[in-house]
Amino acid sequence: MRVGLAAGLAMLAAAFFAIAIWPAMQRPARAASNGSDEADYASPLEVLLSPDGARLYVLCQQSEEIRVLDAASYAVIKTIAVGRVPRGFSLSPSGDRLFVTNSWDDTLSVIDTGTLAVVATWPVGAEPSSVVEDRGGKRLFVANRISSDVAVLDAQTGAEEKRLLGGRGTSYLALSPDGSRLYASHVYPNISPRRAGMENRTAPESELTVIDAARAVVADRMKLDGVAGAFHIAFSADGRLGVVAEYHPKNLIPLAHLEHGGAFAYTLTVFGAEVGGAVEVPLDELERYASQPFGVAIAPDKSRLYVTIGGSECVVVVDVPRLMRFIHAHPRPATGSFAQELSASGNYVVARIPVGHNPRGLALTADGRKLFVANRLEDTISVIDTRANRVASTIALTGPKAISPVRHGEQTFYTARYSFQGQISCSSCHIDSTFDGVTWDLEPDGFGRDIVDNKMLEGVKDTEPYKWNGGNPNLPTECGPRTEKYFWRAEQYDNRTLADLTVYIRNMPTRPNRWRAAGSEMTPAQERGRALFVRAVDKFGKPIPEANRCSYCHSGPKGTNQKLFEVGTRKATDNSGLLKSAPLTEIALTAPYLHDGSARTLEEIWTVYNPEDKHGRTSDLTKDELNDLIEYLRTR
Amino acid sequence: MNKLIPIAVLFAAGALASAAAQSSSGVLKTHAASAAPQMLVGAHKSHGAEAPPAALEGLPRFRFENFTTANGLPDNHVYAVLVDGDRIWAGTENGLGLYENGKWKTYTTSDGLAHRAVLSLALDKRTGDVWAGTMGGLSRVSGGRIDSYTQLNSGLSNDVVYGVTVEGENVWVATAAGGCRLDLHSGQWTLYNERNTPMNEIWVYAVSASPAKVYYAVWGSGILEYDQKTGRWDKYDDPDGENEMVLFKDQGLIHEIVTSVSFVDNILWAATYFGGSRYDGRYWHNFLTKDSGLPSNFINTIKGLDANRAWFGTDKGLAYYDGVNWAVYRPSLTTGKAEMTVRDAKGNVTPVVVATAPAHNYVLGIDFKGDDIWVATAKGLSHGIRQP
Repeated sequence: MRVGLAAGLAMLAAAFFAIAIWPAMQRPARAASNGSDEADYASPLEVLLSPDGARLYVLCQQSEEIRVLDAASYAVIKTIAVGRVPRGFSLSPSGDRLFVTNSWDDTLSVIDTGTLAVVATWPVGAEPSSVVEDRGGKRLFVANRISSDVAVLDAQTGAEEKRLLGGRGTSYLALSPDGSRLYASHVYPNISPRRAGMENRTAPESELTVIDAARAVVADRMKLDGVAGAFHIAFSADGRLGVVAEYHPKNLIPLAHLEHGGAFAYTLTVFGAEVGGAVEVPLDELERYASQPFGVAIAPDKSRLYVTIGGSECVVVVDVPRLMRFIHAHPRPATGSFAQELSASGNYVVARIPVGHNPRGLALTADGRKLFVANRLEDTISVIDTRANRVASTIALTGPKAISPVRHGEQTFYTARYSFQGQISCSSCHIDSTFDGVTWDLEPDGFGRDIVDNKMLEGVKDTEPYKWNGGNPNLPTECGPRTEKYFWRAEQYDNRTLADLTVYIRNMPTRPNRWRAAGSEMTPAQERGRALFVRAVDKFGKPIPEANRCSYCHSGPKGTNQKLFEVGTRKATDNSGLLKSAPLTEIALTAPYLHDGSARTLEEIWTVYNPEDKHGRTSDLTKDELNDLIEYLRTR
Repeated sequence: MNKLIPIAVLFAAGALASAAAQSSSGVLKTHAASAAPQMLVGAHKSHGAEAPPAALEGLPRFRFENFTTANGLPDNHVYAVLVDGDRIWAGTENGLGLYENGKWKTYTTSDGLAHRAVLSLALDKRTGDVWAGTMGGLSRVSGGRIDSYTQLNSGLSNDVVYGVTVEGENVWVATAAGGCRLDLHSGQWTLYNERNTPMNEIWVYAVSASPAKVYYAVWGSGILEYDQKTGRWDKYDDPDGENEMVLFKDQGLIHEIVTSVSFVDNILWAATYFGGSRYDGRYWHNFLTKDSGLPSNFINTIKGLDANRAWFGTDKGLAYYDGVNWAVYRPSLTTGKAEMTVRDAKGNVTPVVVATAPAHNYVLGIDFKGDDIWVATAKGLSHGIRQP
């Protein structure tokens, strides 16, 4: 009891401490173009080697530049400024051009690797995240995360030829070694068809989109059952083995049951002629998870497979022949997945190499002896000796050495070290600090009770109380006791860590709204929708009660008056129908909707789940008026 | 006009039923599709000792192979057909059929299709995606995945989708409650109805789009023209108004009940239940059975090949017009035997002996694969293989 009281007081103190230091934490040193206060950090996200192995290119997301290093001495050759929040890059097959996707200004920077200068900047789709040129140098393929498609561009002019439908959150691309097929992975699950009674109780499903590179059409879609987010893809040199890193949430059981089997499996799906049909294999060990795999690379001789594990701060080394033996020797489950078998990885994971904070992209030398790993939240590159499976040296990138509170908070957000068996971190469910498109059974209040949709964190500052039921009065409570008690089931944050975590979340910048460019006027449809949003009288001339107007509950710059309402969406499995009015920040991106994710689209909020007009007076609207209202909401 | 609508509605609603009844009466029994496609040769023979009519030269002759449920077609009521390279899509009353490598595959609601009855089909030639208008929404088939848009989960104006076409980044849709457009880049839906266009009725049957103009065939409200540059609407009506008699034959659209439009080479071809029309931007030319080779004024679908040539799908057979001469392909209305007739510019009609015909004379959809033709009918899908 005394221990409990002491812990409670400590948490309370942490909360007060966090609140007290917020103003100090928000003083910017130098504003980055993404609105972050942390412009000086490099935050290396991806690395690439030139075809001759002489140069190491480092994509620095936060400093928004490409740093070109000598791959032998690691000396900086040049630093090249690119667009806002770069996310992906690749070299042309000849190595004479480097393409960089700038995810926040929707452009592609083209760098001449001879002069190391940006020679062109081309507009692309919404939130470009990776880019690949075809073998013939004819076309560029760009994965657009927000528009969930792959844009096909003329490789010489940048003119967009077309866009191919991807899965949701199209983000990473890889060309098969023979250049015939392009594979695209997606960080969010596809929206599943609505099934009566199962609206909010489905396991996620993603896909690998397979594109015929010559014809530039979608040739196939490889289903990834149970997978919510998939990241980098790699191929063996002979093209017979492909692999993709992914998160496999167990969202149908309470997340709080971390000690009863976990909330996630972190897996690879391996495919290709070497494997037969695609099969999913876990990277987790019995008591040590491989939380948040991201980058993958296969050794030139196909002996080893390397995976960066962002939350576990390590590189997992897989023995490929042993993996193949495991796959072929064991009866394949009907689902094609070994994800739930925590003993499986012991058959093929041969090493876990500790690296820096939040390792992401990786690059192998042509001889396979060196592996470069970008430690995003440490501003370092780990250089791994692959024969010894250890870090041989660490390249420190130029930048501040001191760890700011926001930086420390971000490290805390991304590390799984605090949770039971290192299973999860905030970023397991908030992909790249956003959301995951998954509905969860969070609380240990019985299976299937109080299902909730995961929410976007951007703009969460000053929208308390938190949780759908408004149960947490502030972020320190939300991130501290709630997370520690219910989710982590392990080590608690110390005072400073909790304070820094909340400071990071409060300072999270909001990405540009793609439906309303800053300063631009609204379209006529958006204007009509805004008028409906603020209307006080319905189409029959009757006054709409204040609490039933859109603009009352969803008031203010973030679209919430921070109060609780009953809007007629309570399900039989909900403990209460009283819900906090949800902020509208970037609402267009965050499907599904409503507290339990039962509305797959914005339209369904009103066409399906508002039969009694409790969630705003909408039944008098025509279809085109409802469309207008939605066009306006997408600008928020 | 209003008094005609119930009649026309009955036509539309009962068309398939009457066609089916016609076939079940035995009239067409000879040509009902068999278990395997008919593999007949010798499509054309000269008529007795007579030389082939001069008009026949240049008119296409086909050997028809017919598909039914007996050889894998999802359903014999075929509303639409779409050629997609070597693949053939069939929109049927009971699923979306895909014919590939000699086999049929059926997509149903369990695959994500919006509704089992597929009324219209369109190909996005750039991406290879197929759009299917159904009785329960609009479906997009892409790389084997089907995403469906309905009036509940999207901005689609109505779930009954009679027509669909893709032009650039826009999908244009004709529904039972107006037209609409989906911008594939922004995801925005724009609806077109009586509130923002000169549309008197909102029962929109078909749409044809080009980079410059978009045409909607409106059932009971003529043709709507949308100028993509200016965003302005124009409207083409029957100059005879509500009068069923054709007082001014070539002075405008032949009738208000428009079922199909096809805009090609800057020529607008239009089908109505009371004749066909061709409009070159200045002059109208109308087609009626009494003064053309049309087998019926009841036209379900029209496909212009170019400025001068077009195909007509009627309730009494498939017709081709080459700018001067006409050819009709169908099972005989009296004997059910395959027949082809040719009508020249002077009005001389000459029968041509053929061994095969489309599966049924009630034609709902037409598409082309090179010189071959695919025909959706009320009693099966037909592949017309061009003969030398």
